[in-house]
Amino acid sequence: MSRPEDILPPDLYYNEPTSKKYTTNSRIRTIQASMTHRALSLLSLTTPSLVLDIGAGSGLSGQILSSVPTSAGGPHTWIGLDISASMLAVALEREVEGDLLLADAGQGLGFRAGTFDAAISISAVQWLCNAESSEETAPQRLKRFFDSLYVSLKRGGRAVCQFYPRDERQKKMVADAAIRAGFGAGLLEDGAGTKGVKVYLVLTAGETGDITGVVEGMEGVEVDDHRKKRQKGEVASRKDDILRRKARLERKGKVVKATSKYTGRKRKIAF
Amino acid sequence: MKLLTLNFLTCARKACKPLPTSFPLHPADATLATTETAFSPAFLRNILPRLDWPALKGLCDELGLPGVGDEAPGPEALFEDGELPESDEDIVGEIEAGKRPTKLAHDLHQLLVETVMLEGKLVCASCGHEYAVKEGIANFLLPSHLV
Repeated sequence: MSRPEDILPPDLYYNEPTSKKYTTNSRIRTIQASMTHRALSLLSLTTPSLVLDIGAGSGLSGQILSSVPTSAGGPHTWIGLDISASMLAVALEREVEGDLLLADAGQGLGFRAGTFDAAISISAVQWLCNAESSEETAPQRLKRFFDSLYVSLKRGGRAVCQFYPRDERQKKMVADAAIRAGFGAGLLEDGAGTKGVKVYLVLTAGETGDITGVVEGMEGVEVDDHRKKRQKGEVASRKDDILRRKARLERKGKVVKATSKYTGRKRKIAF
Repeated sequence: MKLLTLNFLTCARKACKPLPTSFPLHPADATLATTETAFSPAFLRNILPRLDWPALKGLCDELGLPGVGDEAPGPEALFEDGELPESDEDIVGEIEAGKRPTKLAHDLHQLLVETVMLEGKLVCASCGHEYAVKEGIANFLLPSHLV
């Protein structure tokens, strides 16, 4: 299947007929709804909150935010932004409850610091990986987006961005941009390895702590931690250090001496 | 666009970001309307400490709405017997237990959530950039040289 990002920029791709089709297609609606519910459970909001919806489109996910029952800590008030005017027009027709803004997330968000309790984004961030003019690049757009998102979330606030990365490289580019902005970040994959894999980028702002705590107690979620775990007081041995450096140089294509049993060995003290 | 949102929007231009005058944006030629929305004291309690009270007061003056007090009320002012529920979970229970929200809470709800700006412009005080508002949707798209 072709990726819509490759065809046209988002403001032109989601024109009137496409926006209407997108909103009325029952298959898309079901998928969007299930992803929004998943994202909401990751946010674990307990009180009626102010939520930012990035790429709100026609308000499919926003509708779910406003209809969270009181017993589950809702209903939430939301502010949605989208770059496509036609999508927002459909949202207006549907009379959604949230506020809508016509804005490009890749230009940064114009909100005061600490505005939102949480942020949600369903199938939008992959659009930021394309630069539509020669004046900007994808990393620049991602940086502006995540930097301003970090500022506009309250400390301890969470953001969940579901997106469709093209490949591993793009997934890493998005996650790295979020980490560079200061977020604690983790990727959650539903249905990994299948065609319908859903990738969620789970972010926490200003909370020093373990991101894996977000999925604690969730059923069927395994944590695959890539961070190095070095016990307290444990020091990397001299040999390990040398081997690591050699491997790095080798990766860069430098000429490296072969490793032998003498590598990293201390020399005899010759007096 | 709710007046609540106006209390959080700043000028999106990069040059304006560090300047204190980029917030708040000033409405011009504004057409206001009211919409019926469910009253949620728990949401008000959550949002109240985050409001910029001087900006809200200024906004009311500019729009010619009945003013709000000089001092920002604390969360305890939203409930009649003035006691602050301990935690967020408690507050839902308190409301169910028949604790009455005050008139102030209703007034704030009406001002922040039910009053919406339909048409007009939002003007930044430092750069003078005008963000158009049409059918309640503000246009925050910037030409690339202003980003």
